Amino acid sequence: MEVMPKWAEVILVPLISLLLAAILSALVILAIGEDPIAAVKLMVTGALGSSYGWGYTLYYATNFMFTGLAVSVAFHARLFNIGGEGQAALGGLGVALACLYIDWPHWSLALIGAAVAAGLFGAAWAAIPAWLQAKRGSHIVITTIMFNFIAASLLNYVLVNVLRPKGSMDPASARFSDTVHLPTLHEMLAPIGINFSKSAPANVSLLVAVAACIFVWFLIWRTRLGYEIRSFGQSESAARYAGIQPFKIIMVTMMISGALAGMMAINNVMGEAERLVLNSVEGAGFIGIAVALMGRSHPFGVFIAAILFGFLYQGGAELALWTAIPRELIVVIQALVILFTGALDNMVRMPLERMFLAISKRGEG
Amino acid sequence: MEHYLTLIQLLDSTVRLATPLLLACLAGLYSERAGIFDIGLEGKMLAAAFFSAAVAAITGSVWIGLLAGIAASLVLSAIHGVASITFRGNQLISGVAINFLAAGMTVLIAQAWFKQGGRTPSLMGGARFEPITLPFAEALRDVPILGPLYYELISGHSILVYVAFAAVPFTWWLLFRTRFGLRLRAVGENPAAVDTAGVSVVGLRFAAVGICGILCGIAGAYLSTALQAGFVKDMSAGRGFIALAALIFAKWRPWHALYATFLFGLFGALETRPDVIEAVIGMKVQGQLLSALPYIMTVIILAGFVGKAIPPRAGGEPYVKER
Repeated sequence: MEVMPKWAEVILVPLISLLLAAILSALVILAIGEDPIAAVKLMVTGALGSSYGWGYTLYYATNFMFTGLAVSVAFHARLFNIGGEGQAALGGLGVALACLYIDWPHWSLALIGAAVAAGLFGAAWAAIPAWLQAKRGSHIVITTIMFNFIAASLLNYVLVNVLRPKGSMDPASARFSDTVHLPTLHEMLAPIGINFSKSAPANVSLLVAVAACIFVWFLIWRTRLGYEIRSFGQSESAARYAGIQPFKIIMVTMMISGALAGMMAINNVMGEAERLVLNSVEGAGFIGIAVALMGRSHPFGVFIAAILFGFLYQGGAELALWTAIPRELIVVIQALVILFTGALDNMVRMPLERMFLAISKRGEG
Repeated sequence: MEHYLTLIQLLDSTVRLATPLLLACLAGLYSERAGIFDIGLEGKMLAAAFFSAAVAAITGSVWIGLLAGIAASLVLSAIHGVASITFRGNQLISGVAINFLAAGMTVLIAQAWFKQGGRTPSLMGGARFEPITLPFAEALRDVPILGPLYYELISGHSILVYVAFAAVPFTWWLLFRTRFGLRLRAVGENPAAVDTAGVSVVGLRFAAVGICGILCGIAGAYLSTALQAGFVKDMSAGRGFIALAALIFAKWRPWHALYATFLFGLFGALETRPDVIEAVIGMKVQGQLLSALPYIMTVIILAGFVGKAIPPRAGGEPYVKER
């Protein structure tokens, strides 16, 4: 039964959850003896007050758009893909191989090639847990968690034993050549007369991420496959009855999800580091869970949530720089967002539903 | 003889590394047998590790530290219980949130209290669990074969190691020989039947989640006050997930949990002794392969290629009373 109007479902519920998370975060800052209002001010100026801040905010947001979309697509089929971290790590390997071993004539071709490689590697890493879920009934959450760890070991091995240049102690690949350097926002905006910070890492991948948001929206709500994914997520038995094959949906959904997570690597590996380093994902795969939950698995919501988390990330870095508040504050905020928008959803929803029920009854009576 | 001593040493470090895994694995066993998935073992261990070390450092008493660790773990259990039992939320998402909450809060509080970059001061004397020398260990030390076995391997661990090993038969007895255990298992398989019998599903599940919290608390305390002398950031280092893997490997059975965690502990011990592996199997094994082995083996078990692991039937499903 639909007791709540759509606007309340889409805007009010996430907003209240977010407010609760914000209040608790403020209490945490108070408890460790710092001033929450000063902290917010510092975060806003640090993350949004300059084109340098924006450059970092958008750089992080690009990562989170990819991983957030990855989790969202899987959510639509009621699959919980916790493996974004591992899939993005494998995507990084794909990007590194494409950039190191292929002689690209131009960055644009390299971007396409690297994105395809990243997507393929990520999709392949997601395909194994998907196959195990579809054919053997292994719980996808557990297998994707295990695959995160296996990916970490695999990358550790590859970086130390295979990709590390001779004589280097650092477990990292060689630098990519200059031809695969992706234009940063500074280089893109300078010709049209906008002076964007030179040292910020935001780059052309941001546009790819936005395109991915549009692609996912189109896929989920405008294609036959998207319809099948959504019906499978709503009711597996009904979908099966309507002739939708669970095997196909699980495989395809997870591979799209893995490919999206993997494609994050064009931003962090190709756009920023320009080489593959150990633990290049830095938790962005897990932040995708918070982003997808907050964005209600809708690409537009994911877009907004990713920018918010990008802001939190950059703001948190500034906080750690200028105050005694460690970066881990962001991890706490992330946890609270996941808790309130995900696990405690009913706590927010139940009283609201009761309220709207009372209002609609009064309206009738 | 030399080989024998190496073996004893290897098994000794296996026991040390298996203990936190065993405690966390049994913790997960109670929770999952009652139908509550718990991927927040990692977070609970981490929180307990911090609070036991912190309180032990402040008070100088490791026992008060242990209690504080258990209390911290229980708070996270309560959050998990409220989210997944009371509000029937997604248990997996709640577990993820708890892991992050612990990862962030421990560093935040450690920084606020001790200002040492997210760690506690090193624990000394009464603020640590010291190894216990069992009776006659010194006297029997020189007896061939059995002497070193008793002195090096069986004696000389902290009290929590013995607690962990004792928890295995106790868990078996509690789950398979008592009424409470029968009900707890039933609530994970068919909660509606338990409800029909007039027993509270919610109460049983909270009890299971509570026991899980206590055991994770002990596991965390062991990490920071016995295995190491103090808390460092992210010190649980994925052990909660290895415990989860061991739980699946053990197919949710207490004695098998012991074997599984011992095996995974052995992998951990071997990682630090590549010379032993090389001597035994005659070739080098990459450390990365060893660290990934528990996860790979779990995936194979989960896939049902080597005996199928079937979780409790009502696991992960919130119970809704019929009206």
